[in-house]
Amino acid sequence: MADAFIFELVSPERLYVSEKVSEVVIPAMLGEMTVLAEHAPTMTTIKPGVVTVKLASGQVNKYVVFGGFADILPDSCTLLADAAIPANELTPDTLQRRIETTQAELGKATGDEHKTRLEQFLTDLTQLNGIVVAA
Amino acid sequence: MPSLKDLKNRIASVKATQKITKAMKMVAAAKLRRAQEAAEAARPYAERMNKVLASLSAANAGNAGAPLLLSGTGKDQVHLLVVATGERGLAGGFNSSIIRLAREHALKLIAEGKTVKILTVGRKGNDVLRRSFKDNIVHYITFREVRQLGFVQADEVAGKVLDMFNAGEFDVATLFFARFQSVIAQVATAQQLIPARFETVEQPAEGSSVHYEYEPSEEEILEDLLPKNIAVQIFKALLENNASFYGAQMSAMDNATRNAGDMINKLTLSYNRKRQAQITTELIEIIAGAEAL
Repeated sequence: MADAFIFELVSPERLYVSEKVSEVVIPAMLGEMTVLAEHAPTMTTIKPGVVTVKLASGQVNKYVVFGGFADILPDSCTLLADAAIPANELTPDTLQRRIETTQAELGKATGDEHKTRLEQFLTDLTQLNGIVVAA
Repeated sequence: MPSLKDLKNRIASVKATQKITKAMKMVAAAKLRRAQEAAEAARPYAERMNKVLASLSAANAGNAGAPLLLSGTGKDQVHLLVVATGERGLAGGFNSSIIRLAREHALKLIAEGKTVKILTVGRKGNDVLRRSFKDNIVHYITFREVRQLGFVQADEVAGKVLDMFNAGEFDVATLFFARFQSVIAQVATAQQLIPARFETVEQPAEGSSVHYEYEPSEEEILEDLLPKNIAVQIFKALLENNASFYGAQMSAMDNATRNAGDMINKLTLSYNRKRQAQITTELIEIIAGAEAL
């Protein structure tokens, strides 16, 4: 059956997932996208958000990622995250701390481009905060 | 000649030293295993990053508008040397071999009339390099307070390097660290960071025909990835360095423990001889005294 493909979630610190999955939802830069098998080869950047992985066995796992990019091929999908954490291990506290560090960084930032980037990151994080707290 | 008491004291002190080096060796071995695991865990990310960037940059190499991080500034007048060393000593030749490589590199560049700037990561390298290149050191980052080396630390170093590059403070950046080969072999290595160099990946003939869709555009992704790549490379180097450090420390402490053992044997031998000599002398004295009566 061609409906399963390999999904890998890697952060610089470790390999989180490397399994056969049937469906993955990733928070791409231009909106959420669902990746199924036989997807056209795509390369996209990721914004902070929730990745939903549906394993071939039907089990659903959620991970929170903080930006990165994804390399999608018909038979595989590799997500290189700057940082990732299983959704059930994420506490509002960690997120809050992250938001605060970003705010502090924003206060120190000088370049306009850098600032815009941080502001965008902050918005995404705040939005994420809303989702996680609601869940 | 040292007296019996002196010898006894020395044996006790060498034994105490041996205990310390033995404990340090054990600690280093435990930490080495963790450092090695961390270095291995980081490998898949770095490999994939390299693969993606290699194919992206191959496609973009000829473009006039290619990002500066990839193509360089077109000059090589000002060099930045990022020297990553350990925070502590007692690790054999670990720190000094990195420092020696960096120093040779710096002297060669200076002889060629280039400007050299040095960014030191880690206390040991900073202390030593400050002596001979006081005016060249532009920044110093230490992870003394850091217990577990994370990506955040690499990001801090990378941020500093990128800030300097964007401000046009240097043209070429080279990273110095010790590559971990095995517990007994750590090789001091120089790696060029900017302009970026990628290990060429052979692509299978059919693989190269894959046409990617890019979201957003190819250039934007490349521009986003290149700075990230710097951080990843530095992270990789820091992890390798960490593993090398503990490897070097372990073998250094192993040697020290063995040397201490040899020394104890030698001292014990001369202690025993000396004691025997003393007993003999005493006996001779007694016998001589008895005969005289």
